[in-house]
Amino acid sequence: MNIPELKPLGGCGGGRRASNEKGADMHRRDLLKSGAALATITLAPGVTLMAMGDGVAAKANPGVRWGLLIDAGKCPSDCNACVTACSDEHGWENNGLDTDPQWIRKVTLRDKSTGRENSLPVMCQHCENPPCVDVCPTGASFKREDGIVLVDRHTCIGCRYCIMACPFKARSFVHEPVTDQKVTTPRGKGTVEGCNMCVHKLDRGDGTTACVEACNATGYKAMIFGDMNDPDSDISKALASYPSIELRADLKLNLGVRYQNI
Amino acid sequence: MKKLFLVGMMILGLSIGPVVHAQSVYPDVPKATGEPHPEGNEYMRINHPALLRHDRDLTVRDGDRDIDYSLAGCVACHAVNGPDAKPVTSESSGYFCRVCHDYAAVKIDCFQCHNSLPPDLGKASLMFDRPDQSLEVLLTYLEGLSQ
Repeated sequence: MNIPELKPLGGCGGGRRASNEKGADMHRRDLLKSGAALATITLAPGVTLMAMGDGVAAKANPGVRWGLLIDAGKCPSDCNACVTACSDEHGWENNGLDTDPQWIRKVTLRDKSTGRENSLPVMCQHCENPPCVDVCPTGASFKREDGIVLVDRHTCIGCRYCIMACPFKARSFVHEPVTDQKVTTPRGKGTVEGCNMCVHKLDRGDGTTACVEACNATGYKAMIFGDMNDPDSDISKALASYPSIELRADLKLNLGVRYQNI
Repeated sequence: MKKLFLVGMMILGLSIGPVVHAQSVYPDVPKATGEPHPEGNEYMRINHPALLRHDRDLTVRDGDRDIDYSLAGCVACHAVNGPDAKPVTSESSGYFCRVCHDYAAVKIDCFQCHNSLPPDLGKASLMFDRPDQSLEVLLTYLEGLSQ
């Protein structure tokens, strides 16, 4: 996509950018990151930033595109392990109310002519061109460099445009006050949330997500997680060998979640 | 051994109690458990919002978890125990952040989403600053501590 770069509007959030795109601002960020040798950097009078540590953490890597491949043929309709695992990992609870959050859900498809039923989990599809990011008025909905689509709750104002824009109904609004959150998944009333592909696990190098771990533990092994840019990863090999589809492929969003045997 | 510890704690509590609550126009800031900030307390008092805001963006946007200033880090070191020897949440006026923020009438939004309790509940600061520390309050505290 050749969209001209949007320059961030200056002055808000202590000089932090509110734009979705990595832009001209990157130069300043690169400078800051490379400033390990410098003790402190003075950005403006009175604003001094301590230099970053020189430790190399597993950051969002632009060369990686995290993806999920779900084999609906191996996913039994009575299994809910991925949903429970997600709920436990991130601390959200769905008690069946319309207003309860739902990061991942089991959907049953039925072929009207043959009566064949299919069960599969649906969550944020982590589009390459996410409509939720397009519509977000504050830049809170954004795509990380490794292809994960997230909500930055610090800037989310709870307008819910992204919920309306998402073709997969993957986002939820938090209606009730939340207490006792997981340290790795802060969440609170008045913001929008959705599947974050367990970024905290990926950032610490686990290389998998809670739902995939749970699916493997049940023995059904219906989900494969991995780097779709790496030709040697399990997911790339499976995608290359067997037919798979994207949900709503007509929208041409290039999804990070693919399905087989639907 | 536990009994000896309890008695020791009680003497300590009684002896420092009145000193802690010396009359001052400034709030009594609860002591933290970890190493002091190398930048100094005065620097942290002024700059903590900017430091947190900067590093939160590194984590959320870039996935950089190897940061110097995280809210979870603040919470872990600056936890304050309540009268029952359990760390208090940001709901309590004795909570570390609230001691100054209430004084300065600055509202903090962090704990609408972030957990205000430390991940390791055992590491909280030992004493809850309460002007009305009676022997009974102390005993309840020590009882909670020994559990």
